[in-house]
Amino acid sequence: MSGVGGQQTGRATASLRHRLAERGIDPTLLLLVPGLVVALALFVYPFSYGIGLTVQPTAAMQEQWGGGILANYVAFFRDPFVFDSVWLTMRLALPAALFNVLASVPVAMVLRHRFRGKRLLTSLLVLPITLGTVLTAQGLLIFAGRQGWINRALLEIGLIDEPLKLVNNYLGVMFSLVITGFPFAFLLISSYLSGIDPSLERAAKTLGAGWWQRFRRIILPLLAPGLATTFVLTFVLAFSVFPSARLVGDAMGETRVMSLMAFRAFGEQNDYAMASTIALMMGAVELLVVAAVLGLRSLLYRGTTGGKG
Amino acid sequence: MAVSTLERPLAARPSTWFVWAGMAAFAVFLLGILIAVVVDSFGRQWFDTWFPEGLTTDRYTEAWDRFALGEVVGVTVFVAVTVVVVSVLVGVPAAYVLARRDFPGKRAVMLLFLLPVLMPPITYGIPLATVMYSFGLGRTLTAVVLVNLVPSVPFVILTMTPFIEQINPAIESAARMCGARTRQVFTRVLAPLLVPGILAAAILVLVRTVGLFELTFLVSGPGSDTLVVAIYRGMTSAGGGEARQLISAMSVIYTATMLVMLVVALRFVNPTQLVAQVKETRDD
Repeated sequence: MSGVGGQQTGRATASLRHRLAERGIDPTLLLLVPGLVVALALFVYPFSYGIGLTVQPTAAMQEQWGGGILANYVAFFRDPFVFDSVWLTMRLALPAALFNVLASVPVAMVLRHRFRGKRLLTSLLVLPITLGTVLTAQGLLIFAGRQGWINRALLEIGLIDEPLKLVNNYLGVMFSLVITGFPFAFLLISSYLSGIDPSLERAAKTLGAGWWQRFRRIILPLLAPGLATTFVLTFVLAFSVFPSARLVGDAMGETRVMSLMAFRAFGEQNDYAMASTIALMMGAVELLVVAAVLGLRSLLYRGTTGGKG
Repeated sequence: MAVSTLERPLAARPSTWFVWAGMAAFAVFLLGILIAVVVDSFGRQWFDTWFPEGLTTDRYTEAWDRFALGEVVGVTVFVAVTVVVVSVLVGVPAAYVLARRDFPGKRAVMLLFLLPVLMPPITYGIPLATVMYSFGLGRTLTAVVLVNLVPSVPFVILTMTPFIEQINPAIESAARMCGARTRQVFTRVLAPLLVPGILAAAILVLVRTVGLFELTFLVSGPGSDTLVVAIYRGMTSAGGGEARQLISAMSVIYTATMLVMLVVALRFVNPTQLVAQVKETRDD
């Protein structure tokens, strides 16, 4: 829209050009055009096309579920095999995101101070970003599998008699979500934390506040918006879990997440309309959670923070 | 820093030990996973023992031939470099406008760039892949590059906007007063100042693109698979997947590529600086 406005100014008279420039429309806005073209052609157009597809169900779908052009949506809500995946996804993504955020806070607090080996430790925490989900999955299968080192060590010590089942179930996916999500949450939280002016805390200390009081009264309120943002971003990561749910999870059982269902409809059943429906519902569910968290955030806190929330 | 000496007593509290224990557990898992894959990839046979029975590098040559890894690595590098170049060329000018100008509809434009980052990739990936197939682009390199642009361009814009905001506009005004045109302002004044930010964003996009699974997987096929997708296909192919050690060898190749990139990246940038302009930079 604004790009078109920018083009018009080229042809317009000087006075119109000035008037537009006063409102912020001038040829510089043309720089925005390539970005907008990419966003419109590759995001907005396919997205609306996808929404259009959802109301063009296949004949088989209409016959099975009824509901006319809304057959796909009827199928989504009525078919327990599909609809249960919403709950299964939430059961994975919410605890994983919550854990990643809550665990990052103390770690980031400790790593805030300067000490020997900090650089090494930070690199170690950032390392999983390079591993990627697929390698993490492969490693978990070997390391935590029945014959893996974990079970072997626990058996040797005598803590367990039978190998623990740590992969190919809910737990395996959770491990993989923590390993990939935690470093990300940690990086964000520590940058928010470093945005808080240390003199505030020092002042509180001078006034005799203990570490809990300092944390509760100073750090936490300033960090809260950042915590909400981090939660949202890690939740988004965990919510779209796909490869690990298939590789270290139980793809047809307890980790039958929405993205797997969408892919099944897309790649295996070639029902693009149903696949788009599941994909869009997935986006809707996610945006609901994001909106709830951000709404809570604005309810609790207004204004700018040292933590740059 | 004076703070560290002041805060030192805090480090001895039980809660701190708890944190260290948690981190140790994390490290054990992380290193265990890494080392297990590396050991497995060099192992001759490894079933019911602590370590494989013998060491060999045959797995690498075998995996290389079996999965045509030469081609796959070539595709991965080509896709990653193309995506980085295009998204920087498209994203930086847009970020400049968003950082410097105020215009009607700016919030809508911001939202448009924020949405692909916030949405699960599958949500827009499936309609996008459907469009690609209906245009006859399915399983082509073009499609792989195009789908990767969707999260990358907004990512560059979102990371570069705060970076450009912190550059003093007076510098540009001075250049304009001296008669520089927009193009000259960009090439002579802004570009040199932006180089660290662009490098950081480019490296992050590179790492993301190489690691991105979902979108690539939806549109790629033989001849346009990137390394992650090839590994995934190897693990899930019909008949119980390929031999585990071949997959491990491929994973090690993948991680080695990523590590090299990350080491290069960390030489140039501190990742935490991207999220917020960290105070440390001013102190140093």
